[in-house]
Amino acid sequence: MSIQCPTPHHDDEVVLLGHGAGGRLTAELLDQLVLPSLGGDTGPLEDAALLPGYRELVISTDSFVVSPLFFPGGDIGSLAVHGTVNDLAMRGAWPIALSVSLIVEEGLPMAELRAVMASLGKAAQEAGVPVVTGDTKVVGRGAADRLFVNTTGVGQRHGSLHPSAALARPGDAVLLSGPIGLHGTTVLSTREGLGFESDIASDSRPLHRLVLALAPNGPAIHVLRDPTRGGLAAALNEIARDSAVTVEIEESAVPVPEAVASACDLLGLDPLIVANEGCLIAFVTADAADDVLLAMRSLPEGAHAVRIGEVTAREPHGRVVLRTMVGARRIVEMPLGEQLPRIC
Amino acid sequence: MKYLDEYRDPALARRLLDELRRTTTRPWRIMEVCGGQTHTLVRQGIDELLPAGMRMIHGPGCPVCVTPLETLDRAMAIAARPGVILTSFGDMLRVPGSDTDLLSLRARGADVRVVYAPMDAVRLAAAHPEREVVFLAVGFETTAPANATAVLHAARLGLANSSMLVSHVLVPPAMTALLDDPDCDVQAFLAAGHVCAVMGWREYEPIAARYQVPIVVTGFEPLDLLEGILMAVRQLESGRFEVRNQYARAVRRAGNTDAQDAVREVFQVTDRAWRGIGALPDSGLELRQKYRLFDAARRFDVGGLRPVEDAECIAGAILTGAKLPTDCAAYSTRCTPRHPLGAPMVSSEGTCAAFHAAGRTPTRSTS
Repeated sequence: MSIQCPTPHHDDEVVLLGHGAGGRLTAELLDQLVLPSLGGDTGPLEDAALLPGYRELVISTDSFVVSPLFFPGGDIGSLAVHGTVNDLAMRGAWPIALSVSLIVEEGLPMAELRAVMASLGKAAQEAGVPVVTGDTKVVGRGAADRLFVNTTGVGQRHGSLHPSAALARPGDAVLLSGPIGLHGTTVLSTREGLGFESDIASDSRPLHRLVLALAPNGPAIHVLRDPTRGGLAAALNEIARDSAVTVEIEESAVPVPEAVASACDLLGLDPLIVANEGCLIAFVTADAADDVLLAMRSLPEGAHAVRIGEVTAREPHGRVVLRTMVGARRIVEMPLGEQLPRIC
Repeated sequence: MKYLDEYRDPALARRLLDELRRTTTRPWRIMEVCGGQTHTLVRQGIDELLPAGMRMIHGPGCPVCVTPLETLDRAMAIAARPGVILTSFGDMLRVPGSDTDLLSLRARGADVRVVYAPMDAVRLAAAHPEREVVFLAVGFETTAPANATAVLHAARLGLANSSMLVSHVLVPPAMTALLDDPDCDVQAFLAAGHVCAVMGWREYEPIAARYQVPIVVTGFEPLDLLEGILMAVRQLESGRFEVRNQYARAVRRAGNTDAQDAVREVFQVTDRAWRGIGALPDSGLELRQKYRLFDAARRFDVGGLRPVEDAECIAGAILTGAKLPTDCAAYSTRCTPRHPLGAPMVSSEGTCAAFHAAGRTPTRSTS
């Protein structure tokens, strides 16, 4: 038997879909191209930024390009509101106002646009945040995929609640407000017509009220983060890196709904890297962990909150470690880019 | 999904590990053939909890990894043609060819699409009669029935724009090739449960007898693997070499005869080159003459392909279990999932990718 070795060449000269997937490719794009072009500070990349000169005000912007526009549990309109409200909330802020910008592809049925806008308006109303400005552009057929929505939000922070991805400390408990993987598997399933729709719905929802319920524990809450693109694995890796700590989580403690587990099993996807839109991770001091869990569980969006791990002093820093079902430890890597279902 | 919980029970896992430690008296070497099993072993850290000296050897059962470079180059040349929609499973899209990969080709404008079943490609062909829809059909015995059914369906519909680039491989010839290698030190096999769900295990019986190796048909959950390893060790410890079935909930001895009939109708056995390993006689499937209308390799004369393999990557030694990823000088440095030097770092089922995803470093090597 002769043994040979394949060595390929890679194409780095064009943008790939994976560059927008929230994993290592996205981080490379930001670190090597986007941030150097903008100058300014290079601190941890947070969900929302402090407004310079206004200590209590935060700002966040996000573009929503989800396909399909409608999926079980939500649509691009409600998602655009929830996504930005949640990014503000993860800096401990209550949303004050939103802007909404639409890029519409020529030919989009007016009924679909109407349905999206009705949903967006309802979501903003239910979240209690006014849409105060916006913009609408229409581009030629093929220049966009039906409809893109950008939302920018401004929020005001609650008293002593000043979480940051750089504030995790050894000894902190890692809490998760609810089950993971629902949004990503729902969208994938709906887009590809895989037939899981009846079992799964997106967890898209606003989390600002949940964060408000945590405000009394303000100083004990070091980090809040909603694990969207790149899932739990990306969010924990970002926190571990920005705080220079090691995060250890218990595999059996991470709540993965049965429908998500079966969909991921079938497709060869890891629930830890599947996107979420309605849960958050909180790093809190160990002595406050039980109080924070109780506060979370007092609201529907935190009813299934659990403790999934802790921050350790173990080196090297910047790593996420998973204690597996059989009692071994393995590193949870930052996901690379686009998730690709396996062959069998 | 009760079955998932049942096969991921920590208390049961500990009991099986304890039983394995009590049973094992020697440093046995067992190969799991399938990349999916490698993935579970490494992700769960099972291979690091085995009795002292005992070692799992990671086999060549990643279909993405063993697809020849020439097939990939051919797929990319076809995808680059105007009017073509090239379809395949997701993890084929990142596999490096000689010059590029299908994802990069897609970013440059080629119409490359992920499908979840070969029938999706046939449906795409029916919906786009003005386009040529090609399905890159790789895999072991597991995926062959669905591919055969898709060809039969395309034939029934009389689709002239539907074709497959076929690069199927078969497990038993790879096992015998490994066992014939004088350097092989595999003492028992875990056979891939899903392959056996299709093919049964009759064809493994002569291998077990001839080479005197225990073979245990094994599933993919952590407890499946622990039980499969224990069943193999029990045979090794008592000097037996039989084919046993751990995966009884999905596999019977004769396999799925309907699926086998579909495969026999559409495909015939042929010699096949395995990436990193080389040519193995009677180790692949190709379309029968009757269905050659659907053979993309014949329909598209791409010609002029000169696949370039480089000597740096040790993919061949990895695929045959001769070395571990952590033995490779390029592992996790010059070779990562971001910049894979070889296919085992690309597919989630590839041994190198499984090691990398689990954060294995050379200092933590189990070799």
